[in-house]
Formats: sequence, C-alpha cells, structure tokens
Amino acid sequence: MSATVEQVAFWILAIPLVATAAGVVIAKNPVHAAMSLVAAFFFLAGIYVLLGAHLIAFLQVLVYAGAVMVLFLFVIMLISLGDEHLLEERYRGMQLLGAVGALGVVAVLAWAILDVSRAAPGPLPADFGTVKAVGRALYTHFLLPFEATSLLLLAAIVGAVVVAKERI
Amino acid sequence: MALDNYLLLAAILFGIGLTGVLMKRSALIVMMCVELMLNAANLTFLAFARQWASVDGNAVAFFVIAVAAAEAAVGLAIVLAIYRTRGTVNVDEVRALRE
Repeated sequence: MSATVEQVAFWILAIPLVATAAGVVIAKNPVHAAMSLVAAFFFLAGIYVLLGAHLIAFLQVLVYAGAVMVLFLFVIMLISLGDEHLLEERYRGMQLLGAVGALGVVAVLAWAILDVSRAAPGPLPADFGTVKAVGRALYTHFLLPFEATSLLLLAAIVGAVVVAKERI
Repeated sequence: MALDNYLLLAAILFGIGLTGVLMKRSALIVMMCVELMLNAANLTFLAFARQWASVDGNAVAFFVIAVAAAEAAVGLAIVLAIYRTRGTVNVDEVRALRE
C-alpha cells in the first residue's frame, strides 16, 4: 500500500471514528450510544487493517461489534433504560473536574507522543498479522497467557451466570 | 503514515473514553466508555507492532479483546444484579460502601 493511499484511508477512517466515539459520550439515549459505539468499532477495524493486523480487525468486528455490543443492547432493553437525564445528578462539580482531568491526561499523552520517532515503518513480512503468523506467536511464545485466557473466560462465564441469576 | 498519527488517535480515543467514565451516570454507558479505552490501548499495541514489524503486539491485542469480552460479561451481570436489588443503574446512587 502506497503512503498516500494509506494517508487518505487513515483520515477517512479516523475522523468518523472520533466523531462516533464522541457520540457515545454525547448521546442521551443509551441505544443511540450503543449504535454509535458499534460504528466506532467498525471504523477502528478499518484502522487495524491499515496497520496490517488483519486477524485482529476481523476479531474486532466479530467479538466487539458482534458479541459484546449485542450483550450491551440486550441489557439495555432488559432493564428498559431511559434517557440519561432521568438519572439524578449528585456530583456535578466532580464531573466537570473529571472532564478537565481527562483533558489533562490527553495533553500529557500527546506531549509524550511528540518524542516518538517519526521514521517510516520498515517493510512488513508478507504474512504479517495473518492467522498463521499470529497463531504461531500465540501457540509458542504466548502459550501460557493463551491457556490462562481460556481459564479467564471459563471463570467469566460461571461468574456471569452466578451473579445474574436470581436463584441458583 | 507515521507512528505518531496512530498514537495521537489512540490518545484522543482514550481521552473520550475517560471523559465518559468520569462524567456519565448510567453504569452501562460507563462500561461502553471502558470498552472504548481498551480499544485505544489495542490501537497503540497494533501501531507499535507495525512499526517494529513484530507480531507480538497483535498477540497482546488478541488477549486484550478476550479480557474485554470477559469484563463485559461479568460487568453486565453485576449491572443486572444491582438493577434487580436497587432499581437503578446510576453509578452515583450505588455508594453503600461509602456510607
């Protein structure tokens, strides 16, 4: 992929990504926020493709935009969540302080990023980011974390059922 | 496209997520914003993975996705349990440990 094509694709994906991510925070209706987040995940998957991470981009759509967001929508509809402004406000001043703090965190991060090297990335191996390459890393170098992840998912399944069920 | 553009995009996403976590009252929206922050971390991992042509960053991003899925399942179960016992999802109302 040539540098200009990547640049154009980056901006085409990055601007709606930031807009939809902001939509999650701005939206009053939780369903609108969830839909905005789904759109953000799709744009993010596009950015992952630009970075050569094809497997992760695929998993992003499958796991996040698919499974996790369906779970969120189920819960939103299960408890028939109304608009955000119906919830009583308690700590208005602290919220504004939080927003200022978040802005400060972004400023510090941006300041740190200015020091990062701007060298163009070197050529990638032909199979970079494919199932084969990532799978080889997962089953050799990352074998222990990979097996630990399966335990984590099992614990999460059992934990979710135990917590959410009224009577076991 | 240089590395710093991707890192700045990730920083902005992280900031949006952090703002939502600190400002929103609905526990569900707060969890969505946590997902946004996890994705910003993922974007950083993948940007560095491409910069150094190392597939390790992709493997770590895979684990982040798995952990985020587990977090969403357990977190939503907790939100449901709180809604059932207290009838609210307002994070400001759930402060039994403070009082």
